[in-house]
Amino acid sequence: MAVGKITFTKTEREKLAEVLWLLNWISVVTGAILFGLGLFLKIEIQKWQEVMSEQGILYVPHMLITTGLAACGINYLGSKICLDCADTNKFLRWKLVMMPYIVCTFFFTACVLAGALMCYSVRSQLEESLYLGLRNTMRFYKDTDTPGRCYLKKTLDLLQIQFQCCGNADYRDWFQIQWVSNRYLDMTDSAVVDRVRSNVDGKYLMDSVPFSCCSTLSSRPCIQHNLSNPAAHAHYDEQSQQLNLWRRGCQQALLDHYTGIMQSIGLTVLLIWLFEVLLVLTGVRYLQTAMENVIRLGDPESESEGWILENSLAETACYNFNIIKNLGKCYQVDDDPNINVPTAAADREVPSHQVRVNVAS
Amino acid sequence: MVVMKMKFPFEKRVKLAQGLWLLSWCATVAGATTFTLGCLLKTELRRRAEVMDNSDVHIVPNTLMIVGLASLGINYFASKICQDALDAGRFPRWKNFLKPYFAVSSFFTVLMLLAVIMSYAMKGSLESSLKAGLRNGIRFYKDTDTPGRCFQKQNIDRLQMEFQCCGNNDFRDWFEVQWISNRYLDFSSKEVKDRIKSNVDGRYLVDGVPFSCCNPSSPRPCIQNRLTNNSAHYNYDYQTEELNIYLRGCREALLNYYMGLMNTIGAGVLSIFLLQGSVLVSLRFLQTAMEAVAGNENTEIETEGYLLEKGVKETAMEYLNPVLTFLLLKNQVQEGTSDEAAPAAP
Repeated sequence: MAVGKITFTKTEREKLAEVLWLLNWISVVTGAILFGLGLFLKIEIQKWQEVMSEQGILYVPHMLITTGLAACGINYLGSKICLDCADTNKFLRWKLVMMPYIVCTFFFTACVLAGALMCYSVRSQLEESLYLGLRNTMRFYKDTDTPGRCYLKKTLDLLQIQFQCCGNADYRDWFQIQWVSNRYLDMTDSAVVDRVRSNVDGKYLMDSVPFSCCSTLSSRPCIQHNLSNPAAHAHYDEQSQQLNLWRRGCQQALLDHYTGIMQSIGLTVLLIWLFEVLLVLTGVRYLQTAMENVIRLGDPESESEGWILENSLAETACYNFNIIKNLGKCYQVDDDPNINVPTAAADREVPSHQVRVNVAS
Repeated sequence: MVVMKMKFPFEKRVKLAQGLWLLSWCATVAGATTFTLGCLLKTELRRRAEVMDNSDVHIVPNTLMIVGLASLGINYFASKICQDALDAGRFPRWKNFLKPYFAVSSFFTVLMLLAVIMSYAMKGSLESSLKAGLRNGIRFYKDTDTPGRCFQKQNIDRLQMEFQCCGNNDFRDWFEVQWISNRYLDFSSKEVKDRIKSNVDGRYLVDGVPFSCCNPSSPRPCIQNRLTNNSAHYNYDYQTEELNIYLRGCREALLNYYMGLMNTIGAGVLSIFLLQGSVLVSLRFLQTAMEAVAGNENTEIETEGYLLEKGVKETAMEYLNPVLTFLLLKNQVQEGTSDEAAPAAP
């Protein structure tokens, strides 16, 4: 019992081939869109790669890029095949390629779906990577004279200004690290020495933040120092404190930014996948089965049937499973019909013994 | 005396008509481009309208938008005319339309050239507008509680961070203005009282700048306060420190940005002007060549085309005379009525 059986007349087959040719060209365009989306995501991630501890999430844009390129290639081939399918004679040269082509299309649509799902599942990995990356960047903020770390200050300042955030979780993270380099500290000053001594690790810690944490929405000039002591500043009330610095942490800001981008990309890729599966894959399968049935019937003008699966789902699954099971058995001899079959002459076999031969002398 | 007479055999007329049709469609696209460029420039100028004192410079994008729209119409008619030009039956209906058409088209083409010249000439006006606007912005930086000025602080901060500049001419402009509001000063502190007393106007002036002047590229944390006091900061020299805060003034930064934008747009519009001019000249030649054919049975004869039938001065007078007589006639009528009224009075 076939799954999804439809009868096609000759004109219907030709129309199906034309429609599929158009759909395949649209799919080439969507493949290019996929490629573009992957490239865009890669560039966005690499823009702020210095504040990420590892580049693991790059597998998402790489998957989208490869799938996009594969889509362009497969659908370009598909458009050529479908154009020739309108004519029974030309279909014959593609006969052997059709099945592998459909299998490839099926696998590549599965990759598209995987790409879409990856976009939604990468959040926790991104969160961890941002937390560690930002912590390291803040720690190396003061090392503008160390090769390999000299641009981290500028990167972090620009990040805090652009994303309107401060610190890792919030601005208090800056209180726990030394972000002023020893080169700019007067070690002869008693105040400095006291502060360094009062700390276990000998770090110069203060309750201050860098200038890039300052909010432009504040109605008063920015207060960067003595933040734990509101009484040290004139008329520094609760509302002033709320508006003075950026309240959001940079981990949250970047996470929201990338999650937003990836959700939009994921949605677009899902829509492309739906289009591919429902229209292109199904249409090509119907066209292939209809053309094969026409050839089997022998009359190019007759009606033929097309289906998605020849037998029911269960039977097809069993059949394919058996094929895969037997693939591994090609060199085993269990099936050899000549083994363990008793030969007719075996019980008449006599042991050889010496036979006297008279030699005439 | 005819200006620029040229001979046009039949094939040349046909080629001229075909080339003109293509050229007029290119010029239509160019006209749309001019309009878009005008809109772009206007948007960019309006974005920073708070630091500009007057909007005199807006005449450049306004002119570009008008000229862009006009050239769409001009080139549409040009393509229609040259389509009908080779058909002797349909060409005469354009006869009365062409004289005013050429007058209007020349006017708008000259206006396009004027717009380009203005985009280079408005530099002085833009500079003085920015100077006054920035001076006000810096003066009202602290007035975040005054209606109408409460967004100056935010605008100036964002401007300085985006254009990487500080102050009007340079960062020292902040030393001459009280940019910290009295609401946030502790008047019981001796230091504050001394500073206010030492100033004639009773203002709290500091040798410090707002945080938005800080340069992220600096290797050390930003020094905003006591900038002129070398001993207030460890290992700091006021004269040689270059990366700490932005040294460029915002007036110079904004002027460079806008002049760069207007120069690029001006160069584009100049090439569009040349294109438009060539469309009009070709159309004129086609018109005069086809008019010479009119009435002849053989439409394939060679004719002459010219730009102006009489000399430049005479043609100008010809166009201006109707305008002048219209204005003069009004005056004459008024004089006439007063003459009639005077003898009738006594």
